[in-house]
Amino acid sequence: MLNALQMFLNKFINNIFNKKKHIKLGLYGPPNAGKTTLANRICQDWLGEDMGVASNVPHETREIQIKEQVNIKSGNKEISFNLVDTPGIATRIDYEDFLKVGIKEKEAKKRAKDATKGVIDSIKWLDEVDSVVVVLDSTKDPYSQVNITIIGNLVARDIPVLVVGNKVDLKRAKLKKVKAAFPQYEVIGISAKKGNNIDDFYETLFKVVK
Amino acid sequence: MLTLQIVPYSEIDGLSSLGRIRKLLNMAKENKVVLLHGRLRKEEEAELIKVTMEEINKEFRGIELAVMNPMENSGALTGFEKVKSTVVNALLGDRQGLTLVGPANIVKKVKKDPKKLQFMIEESKKKVIRKRKRK
Repeated sequence: MLNALQMFLNKFINNIFNKKKHIKLGLYGPPNAGKTTLANRICQDWLGEDMGVASNVPHETREIQIKEQVNIKSGNKEISFNLVDTPGIATRIDYEDFLKVGIKEKEAKKRAKDATKGVIDSIKWLDEVDSVVVVLDSTKDPYSQVNITIIGNLVARDIPVLVVGNKVDLKRAKLKKVKAAFPQYEVIGISAKKGNNIDDFYETLFKVVK
Repeated sequence: MLTLQIVPYSEIDGLSSLGRIRKLLNMAKENKVVLLHGRLRKEEEAELIKVTMEEINKEFRGIELAVMNPMENSGALTGFEKVKSTVVNALLGDRQGLTLVGPANIVKKVKKDPKKLQFMIEESKKKVIRKRKRK
């Protein structure tokens, strides 16, 4: 009995004095912006392994994926976080869009159903993350309402935001347009697939994640 | 026929967050394109997307949403413009701007830049629906 009480007290004291802050870093954005590709890039760089499956089909990630204890170093600084890759947020999901990319009807319907759940989970997780990297496809219109709603919600929750214009390796990328759309935020252009500007991304991440 | 319903802010002013979302979504589900004079709060926009996802089915494929917010690029303003926009925002709040909500089967795409809002209507799909109904 006394031993049990002593163990409980030790655990309680350890919890108070060794309390570690676990930052949850969320990757948010519309479908097909390259969130999972960036998550894989971060995990490959610092853990030597992939996090999820990336593809050209929208809504490939339909469940929240978490990689725990990712440590990033830049100069003398180091941050440790749990990386949260979220399904892309959309306002419309039509199973017929999946048929167009060669997915069979039954699978397309299932994918659409799972994708709606994924969007709901992503929105719910806005209350769980501590800092967010918003991943946008810099070849697409940055003024899309989904982008503005995501960023607006993060600001309303006082969550630090880093905006990433992904796919800058593509000729039709317009990073200037992304920067013009979000002048009040730190915007960094990268190619998660090719690794362009990734060091700058890590450096900026240190400034944003507090 | 496309129905465009213009909703003054006073229609949603006294409603709860859920009430506002329900009102806009119900109209979109009746295949109406809704133009709200004013804006939802940011949390309500996210909630609108969440509730929309919960209600997607064979007939209802989601919505197109676009908000014109004159305060959106206030970070780029300087000096007097910033003070002016802060005062206007304090007085009018969410009454400023426009919100467009349309059913995804009718509104194909919304094109937005800070100064204009354009929405493209899905013409071909409407014809397909009519043809299916005739059968």
